[in-house]
This record gives sequence, structure tokens and C-alpha cells, in this order.
Amino acid sequence: MFIRTLLVLSLAGLLYGCSNEQVKEEEPVAVEDLSSGANASDGGVQAYSTDDSSTSGFDSLDDPQSPLSIRIIYFEYNSNEISSEYRSAIEAHAAYLSRNPSTSVTLEGHADERGSREYNLALGESRALAVKQQLSLLGASSSQIRLVSYGEERPAVDGHDESSWQQNRRVEILY
Amino acid sequence: MRILKLLLILTLLSPQLLLADNPFRIVIEGGVEDPLPIAIVPFGWSQAGSVAPIDLTEVISGDLQRSGRFNVMDEKDLPQRPSEYDSINFADWRKLGMENIVIGKLELTDAGTYDVSFRLVDVYRGKQIAGFRIPAKPDLLRRVAHQISDIIFEKLTGMPGAFDTRVAYITVNKVKDKKVHSLQIADADGHNAQILLESPEPLLSPSWSPDGKKLAYVSFEGKNSAIYVQNVLTGQRERISAFEGINSSPDWSPDGSRLAMTLSKDGNTEIYILNLGDKSLRRLTKHGGIDTEPTWSPGGQKLAFTSDRSGGPQIYEINVNGGEPKRISFEGNYNARPEYSPDGKFITLVHGVSGSYRIGLLELANSSITVLTDARLDESPSFAPNGGMIIYATTGVRGGQLAAVSTDGRIHQRLGLQQGDVREPAWGPFLK
Repeated sequence: MFIRTLLVLSLAGLLYGCSNEQVKEEEPVAVEDLSSGANASDGGVQAYSTDDSSTSGFDSLDDPQSPLSIRIIYFEYNSNEISSEYRSAIEAHAAYLSRNPSTSVTLEGHADERGSREYNLALGESRALAVKQQLSLLGASSSQIRLVSYGEERPAVDGHDESSWQQNRRVEILY
Repeated sequence: MRILKLLLILTLLSPQLLLADNPFRIVIEGGVEDPLPIAIVPFGWSQAGSVAPIDLTEVISGDLQRSGRFNVMDEKDLPQRPSEYDSINFADWRKLGMENIVIGKLELTDAGTYDVSFRLVDVYRGKQIAGFRIPAKPDLLRRVAHQISDIIFEKLTGMPGAFDTRVAYITVNKVKDKKVHSLQIADADGHNAQILLESPEPLLSPSWSPDGKKLAYVSFEGKNSAIYVQNVLTGQRERISAFEGINSSPDWSPDGSRLAMTLSKDGNTEIYILNLGDKSLRRLTKHGGIDTEPTWSPGGQKLAFTSDRSGGPQIYEINVNGGEPKRISFEGNYNARPEYSPDGKFITLVHGVSGSYRIGLLELANSSITVLTDARLDESPSFAPNGGMIIYATTGVRGGQLAAVSTDGRIHQRLGLQQGDVREPAWGPFLK
């Protein structure tokens, strides 16, 4: 096989001009500002239900010894089966939700980067759905549970190897 | 007529941001066994004392050489440099075994516009194969060059050229530890890249409307997937679908009136068709597993899609009026992200082969799958509108890059970016 470089040009600093060194100058290129609204709700603040904490002053969600502290469920490749090791954690979350009916939770489904993006989006959701089904069976109300899938778009780890992929095939339980 | 329309389009485009013209770095690996020899004589220029506004020869030579089907003669080897038919010395060219030459000239008109004329000449038969004079405004000259490449390509290979087309794709760059996703379009040779949208949240699945004027895509800007349609010329955008759950995989019907899409609002991912006129929504599939990535057949009667109803992901076809889906992929345990070839005889897809994901070509007549690429993480294949090449995303050491492969698997191109991740390419239709 022969390799011929025909055009050595640069699509380039699409965002920032031509040379690699000039990364500083960000041109005002957005067609539309999407930041308002999109980021309004985060900022690192976690709002918890006061049902428990107002009386005890300490929420079991904050207890590092509690199975509730397990907030990420990992999956095998191309699978939405929940490993039995998460049984106690899921039971604890279901019990917590059923004790605190005004609390809601978001199950965020993710996939590793392998294969097609849209399929992975669906796979992330099917993982989140599997967790939702177990929580519901164990007493949480489905109205307390919101699902969102990011597929492979929001990896926990950026690498392209099995150890990264393992950490990216997950459902995050977000109160 | 066509040129006038182009002129209008580009005039409309001009208020939009044009990025510095720093195109893809294109590397060709391989080609056809007997590429056609051709000589592109440097175009004449009416204002000999000044520099021409464009090097037409360079653009045309680049197009033809990159296609892998031509062997363009080195400029230094040209025996003569005629720009008029009458000054061609046929014997000189025949002696070098050259069969076809392109001559032409660029002229500045009194109105400040340009006239581009060119002739494709068969040296052996001593006759002109094609000859055109094309008037153009300055910012259209590059497109005129691609149109000339298209004419040459079609005359000599019998297949329409796809040089005067555009691609859409998504880039991801990190700015101060934050990811910036952008939806961009560029000419098929990587020039004239333009950003259509930027977002801190993921963007994916751009899909061209059949007239090339709009893009449908998925944006997570509302903290969930939603489908938007954006006018490429005006930047105006509309949110088309934002149900609870997944809203993804938009794909335009060939007549432009409907979008096929994936929604999970009714429990899990299913295929739907949205009528863009009356906004009515029709559900096509009903299955507890994953159904996604719908794509229209060129005739518009069928959709192919990915489903895991048999266990792993495989390709199915369903009539757009409903009915039972029929499985059409059988080789291997991972086939996803189908797209029909323009002639409807093939489907390109992502094919899992012992832990690697490659671009495959499924022949519908016999269900065989030919693997076209050999990297580890290839995805998102999209046919050129002439069916000759497939653009796709591949993951290299520096992250996501675009690459292209001919449908016979012989010509490979890498379309590299200097920085950032590039993904989700979608080759646009022929520009009218």
C-alpha cells in the first residue's frame, strides 16, 4: 500500500483561528446562545427532600455507610442486566423513595463508546429502565423516577480501552 | 440557471459565519488499479499582470486525484500549456500516452464578475468531450471548480461526480475543561467549514433534508434529547420533538414531507413517522426491545432500522404503512446504523467483528456483508449522493476523525482535523 499526502492543509482551529498556538481567542461563533436555561439548574447544589432530614438533621442519603451511598450501577457490555451485587443498594433506594414520596430521582443511563451512537442512546435508556423497574417493584412510585439517557455522549472516563469502557457502562442514580 | 441559483444561495449564506478556509487534511490510501491518466493544464487568466482569484487547476486536480480514480499528471511534466483548443499540439500529448486533457481560462468581465471556460479533450481522437463557459461571482469560483470536476468525472467514469456537495458533522472541543459541541457543514473537500450551532450539551445525528436546505439533528440542550430542524441558510431552528424519554435518529423521507425518528415516550424506544405538515405522529413498531436508527429506502416505501429483538442489534426492514418487520442482516452478532445506497441495492452499516466495529456493506439481494474498513471503532457511515463513496467516523489516537471509503473498498481517504473530535458525518444531497 502506498500513502500519498495530497493536501496538507488544515480544517483547523475551526473554533479559534488557524494555528494551534492561538487557542486563546475564541470567536463569537454561536448561532444561538444555548447556555441560558441549559445550565441554570446545576452549580453543584444538591437539593434533598426534607422529609427525613428536618427531623433527624441528618439524611441517610448522606451516610457513607448506607447502601444508599451506592449511586452508580455498572453493566456488562451490551447488556441491561443488573448484577446481583447491587441488590441491597437498589432495595435501599426503593425503600428510601417509598418513605419519601415527595422525593424524586433521575436515573441517567450511559453506554460505552463502542458501536453506533444512536443504538447506545437506546441501550443507555434500557439500562435506566431496568433500574426503574426494580425500584418500582420494590415500592418506589414510578412518578418519582425520571429517566434520561446520554448513550455514549457523556463518558465518565475518556479512554478507548476496556477499563474505561467498564466505567462508562452505567446508570447514575441522581437525587 | 443552476449557477444563478447558486449565486443566490451563496449570497444568502454570506451573513453567516465563514470559518477560516482551512480544510481537511486529506490522505489517500490506495486507489483503483488503473487510474485514468489526465492532465489539467493551468487555466489561463485574463489579467496576466495580477494574481488570479483562485487556482482552479489546483481545486480540480485535487478533486480528481482524491477520488482515487484518476492519475493527474504533474504540472512540471506537461509538454505544453495551451488554454485554447486551437493551440493544442495533439502529437506532444499522444507521445506521453496522455488520453485526456483539460484546458481552460478565467476571465474578468467588465462587470467585475468572472467567466470560467473549460474544455475536456480526448487527445487520441482529437476531439472535445465537453466544453462549458460558466459565469460566476468571486465567491462562487470554488464551487465552479467543483462543478467542473463533476462534469469531468461523469464524462470519463460514467458516474455523476459528488465534488460539488457538502457534509455535515459534529465536532467536540474542550475549552477550559468544558466540552463545546458544534454542528458544522463544509464542502465535500473540507473547505468553507461553517458552524451552524454550538452547545455545551451533546449534539448528534445530523440528517439532511432532500433539498439540502435543512438539517434535522438531536440536541441535549434541554438536559434531555430533543429533535430540532434548522435552516442551513438562515440559521432559524425549530424544536420538532421533545417528548419524555428519547427523541432521536431523525431521518428525512425522500420527498421531504416526513421525518422518521426514535421515541421512547410510550415505554421504550420505538420507530415513529412524523408528518412535518400537520405534525401528526404515527408509530410503526411495537416491541419491548430496542428499535432505533430508522432510515428511508430511496423509493420511500420502506424503512430499515436497528433492533435487538433477536438478542443483539440487527437490521430490519418495515413497510412505512406498518406491518411485521423483516430481519435482513444475518452475518455477525452486531449490525447497526443502517443507511440505504442511493440505488437501494445496498445498506451500509456498523458491523461488529470480533470486538471491532467496522463499516460494512450489506447486499440486499443475497444478505452478504462486505467489510470495507479495518479500524477498531468505525461508525456512522453515510453514502455520497452518487453512491461512490461512504464517509464515516473513526477513532484514532487523537480522537474522532472522519474518513471515507469507496463502495468497492479500494479507495480509502482520511479527512483529519488538527484538533478536537469529529464525528457523525452526513453527506448531503446533490446541490441543485
